[in-house]
Amino acid sequence: MTAAITPAPRPGSPAPLDVERLRDDFPILAHRVRGKPLVYLDNAATTQKPQSVIDAVTRFYSSENANIHRGVHYLSERATEAYQGVRERVARFFNAPSPRQVIFTRGTTESINLVAQSFGRSTFRPGDEILITGMEHHSNIVPWQLAAEATGARLKAVPITDAGELDLEAFDRLLGDRTRLVAVVHLSNALGTINPVREIVTRAHARGVPVLVDGAQSASHLSVDLQALDCDFFACSGHKIYGPTGVGVLYGREELLERMPPWQGGGDMIANVTIEHSTWAEVPAKFEAGTPMIAEVMGFGAALEYVEAVGLDAIAAWEDQLLAYATARVSEMPRTRLIGTATKKASVLSFVMDGVHPHDVGAVLDDDGIAIRAGHHCAQPVMQRFGVPATARASFAFYNTKAEVDALVLGLKRVRSVFG
Amino acid sequence: MGSLSELYQNVILEHNRSPRNYREMDAVARKAQGSNPLCGDQVTVWIRMDGDVIKEATFQGSGCAISRASASLMTGAVAGKTRSEAEALFARFQRLVTGTMEPAEVESLGKLAVFSGVSKFPIRVKCASLSWHAMKEALNSAEPTHT
Repeated sequence: MTAAITPAPRPGSPAPLDVERLRDDFPILAHRVRGKPLVYLDNAATTQKPQSVIDAVTRFYSSENANIHRGVHYLSERATEAYQGVRERVARFFNAPSPRQVIFTRGTTESINLVAQSFGRSTFRPGDEILITGMEHHSNIVPWQLAAEATGARLKAVPITDAGELDLEAFDRLLGDRTRLVAVVHLSNALGTINPVREIVTRAHARGVPVLVDGAQSASHLSVDLQALDCDFFACSGHKIYGPTGVGVLYGREELLERMPPWQGGGDMIANVTIEHSTWAEVPAKFEAGTPMIAEVMGFGAALEYVEAVGLDAIAAWEDQLLAYATARVSEMPRTRLIGTATKKASVLSFVMDGVHPHDVGAVLDDDGIAIRAGHHCAQPVMQRFGVPATARASFAFYNTKAEVDALVLGLKRVRSVFG
Repeated sequence: MGSLSELYQNVILEHNRSPRNYREMDAVARKAQGSNPLCGDQVTVWIRMDGDVIKEATFQGSGCAISRASASLMTGAVAGKTRSEAEALFARFQRLVTGTMEPAEVESLGKLAVFSGVSKFPIRVKCASLSWHAMKEALNSAEPTHT
């Protein structure tokens, strides 16, 4: 069974990960919860942090702390340089054409809100359409509802199939003369579906429509090449790629960022201020009002450095094996249904057990030290589409092992023994 | 730290499997909904009054074993009680699930005492009290117009 679903190494595929050694980089993984070794399978919610990230944040506050873009003193200069250095690292990591196109935000949610408030409110007119999908996280729905309400634009959504894939024929029908923006998730947090975003970008661009890609989940599981993807905006969060909470990125096409008005005013985002009038700083500073999350940016830089060293191709290959193994094992369980069975998936296994609410699944697993998510995953339209109030979701990172999948399956058997 | 068997007592598991009073009532009943946006649990509670006395309470909804069993037992517990008796019972139930009730008093709650384990699982307090809040809201809702 296992052999059949474990793909044979392909020629030129990356060297396999030494998972046991890499686990040592993550101090929390050695902890016990409820007296049991922690089995952390809630990586789609947030990932754990390697020591190098924790050290980078601590080091900044212990010996490097100063505000950026201020004054002439040594520490401020060094902090400014290091902050801009992370911007350059982000650009390299995602193959963005220029670090000028990398804006630091609090996370994916703020990145999308920035686009909705700045690009959206300055562009959308009454009757215009914003095209999202039925697979979106609330953070790629609600900001567009707010922008639509403010401008008179309308929100439309591409439906999803029973397998949890986007209906691309419907997408073609919905992409119309009034469409002003397509906003689509790269890797679904609720279903694990990898969407064909390159294809979506091609079709949208053929009609002159820009595309925002929600990369909250994809950044840590897929190798993202922004120039190859050719999208106009890309949003992601540091904490879902082994970095600190409170930092994220918005990438934008340069001519769009130039054209967009600021969305928050304050220090750092201006060129000149009088009581009557202000002029704006160049991008990306135009979109970074106020003192940013400097320490978190340092930690984020360390996280990307760590991921580069491990290698995203090797990470993806191992996570694919884990997901295939977990899919096979959970599918074998009686009266258990997978939610999200797309051909192309990564990292996320959503399921429901007949007669047992996902919260109770989560509570029993928690008693065994196993952390999963139970709920609607901030994607209530997905739950409505599949006719379930919630799902249980195991989500994997490269530091997870097949033994942990076995522990999950054992835990699910215990769920059955409690609830029948 | 609470143990799983304290939380999922047999009475709770049994009411989860076969909830009592799980049905809609018609327009003569007062009705209120409760939801927990954090987890998406939803419950609707119907109450039929005769003067100041609750003649019958029913519910429907989706939720975890704790919220379902709690709704099931709540509908049984408030039937035959006056408005103020039902509200007082809710107050005592809240003290039970938040762990602020004297152990000696727990037994006086009868079947509801099976929820004593909830106090060791703070995130489940909302699950246990969801239907009670809806019941209280239904009590305070306007008299149904089609009487």
